[in-house]
Amino acid sequence: MIRRTFLTTLTAIGLATFAAPLVAQDTLRIGVEGAYPPFSYKESDGTLSGFDIEIANALCAEMQRDCDLVEQEWDGMIPALKARKFDAIVASMSITEERKRQIDFSAKYYQTPARIVAPKDAGFEGTPEGLAGKKIGVQRGATHQCYAEKMFPDAEVVLYGTQEEVFRDLTLGRIDVQLSDSLIAQESFLSKDEGADYAFLGGDHLDVECYGEGVGIAVRKGDDELRDALSAAIAAIRDNGTYAEINARYFPFDIYGGRPASADAATN
Amino acid sequence: MESFLSYIPLDIALIAENFDRFLYGVWTTLNLTVLALVFGGLLAIPMAIARASRHPVLNPLIWSYTYVLRGTPLLVQTYLIYYGLGQFEAVRQSWLWDPILSSAWWCALIAFTLNTAAYTTELLRGAIVDTPKGEVEAAIATGHSYPSRMRRIILPSAFRRAIPAYSNEVIFMLHGSVVASTITLQDILGVGRWLNGRYYLAYEGFITAALLYFLIVFAITRVFRWIERRYLRHLARRETGTAAEMTPDPTR
Repeated sequence: MIRRTFLTTLTAIGLATFAAPLVAQDTLRIGVEGAYPPFSYKESDGTLSGFDIEIANALCAEMQRDCDLVEQEWDGMIPALKARKFDAIVASMSITEERKRQIDFSAKYYQTPARIVAPKDAGFEGTPEGLAGKKIGVQRGATHQCYAEKMFPDAEVVLYGTQEEVFRDLTLGRIDVQLSDSLIAQESFLSKDEGADYAFLGGDHLDVECYGEGVGIAVRKGDDELRDALSAAIAAIRDNGTYAEINARYFPFDIYGGRPASADAATN
Repeated sequence: MESFLSYIPLDIALIAENFDRFLYGVWTTLNLTVLALVFGGLLAIPMAIARASRHPVLNPLIWSYTYVLRGTPLLVQTYLIYYGLGQFEAVRQSWLWDPILSSAWWCALIAFTLNTAAYTTELLRGAIVDTPKGEVEAAIATGHSYPSRMRRIILPSAFRRAIPAYSNEVIFMLHGSVVASTITLQDILGVGRWLNGRYYLAYEGFITAALLYFLIVFAITRVFRWIERRYLRHLARRETGTAAEMTPDPTR
């Protein structure tokens, strides 16, 4: 009896001694997408690159933790987080009420509005009436699915697995317009050759129910320590200039506070 | 009460609210699967006859077709038709583009039809080749020409013997039809993915989809059991006593 108690105590001490440093040095696994340029994409040699990737690495450096980037397709992102495939998501995920029921978010690390892209000679307006009967392509599971179905009930919302497929089918004429983040559309489509005959249709689309309060880093519910550490790290890299440095490599303006004030809000 | 409700793993109300979408998904899945099976089956009959023959050109040609189609995943075949063909300017300018290849539904139907035709061809070829020699010899002895004995003796017999294996192909095709959801179609899985995308509830959408697929497979197996009972009666195990009565008496 005494012996057993002794052994139990010994085991407990052993566990406590070993567990503490293990937790502190535990590698932080971060879920990323890899198919959402310029935020997250693959170089020709297969390495991950983009704004999200660099921000993730900068945050890890700021928190002084080892990080492992785990690739995950977009529509399985939240289930994979909950299944502990990784501990945080840095994948341009907007903070929304619906997502907050499932997961927790850090403070935002950027926020850009959504806009519609259509052929230059579209001949219709980017309004609910103008898009009635038209096909709107959006990425499945993204906030745009929520917004497109809410704002354009008379349009046919066509869902895609990745944003790249949306742009491809837009150029093939399988959809009439597409709805996505304005920056994504500008950087990875409109500024390229294949987007030459296309332009933004109408103004900015902002909607708290679907688009929320900006883009944050998702963690599992109750993982408050990690969430607060990430929020603090975001504030830190904003202050020390690391954020501005990364921002400048990808975008012509600071994307943290959204687009310049001149951008008019079509809806709210 | 609140805490009790939070233990129920499914949001039943959400599924019920969106059930019309799931029914539409069932319709999409069924029309794609059934049409693919019909067209694929019609294509497979002449191809199987050619494969069972020793024709020096048709036999190797169709063999290559079935080999390639059975050797590559349906998902890849569907992507090649939906995304691959659309890449070529010539295809987009042709008459095929506007009504057919620009539509995800047609692309899926073409891919599924070509795929199931390949499997059904080989399945039927096996049944034709395995026709009991006696049946063929009897047909020849009674003066049937090749087309006549193929039509009257070999094919009816081969179709019957192919029924059990074909029921598997039907179920595989139904399961394979989930590929449609990857090219924007709202089939059963497509609706499940829609629900997951809209409400971030993976379980609700996918378990409903799984249940619907299960019910359809259940119905298919029931139908095939009935067909087998009707057309394969001569192969079914008999009740005791009847077998002796049916056997001709050699000493008579």
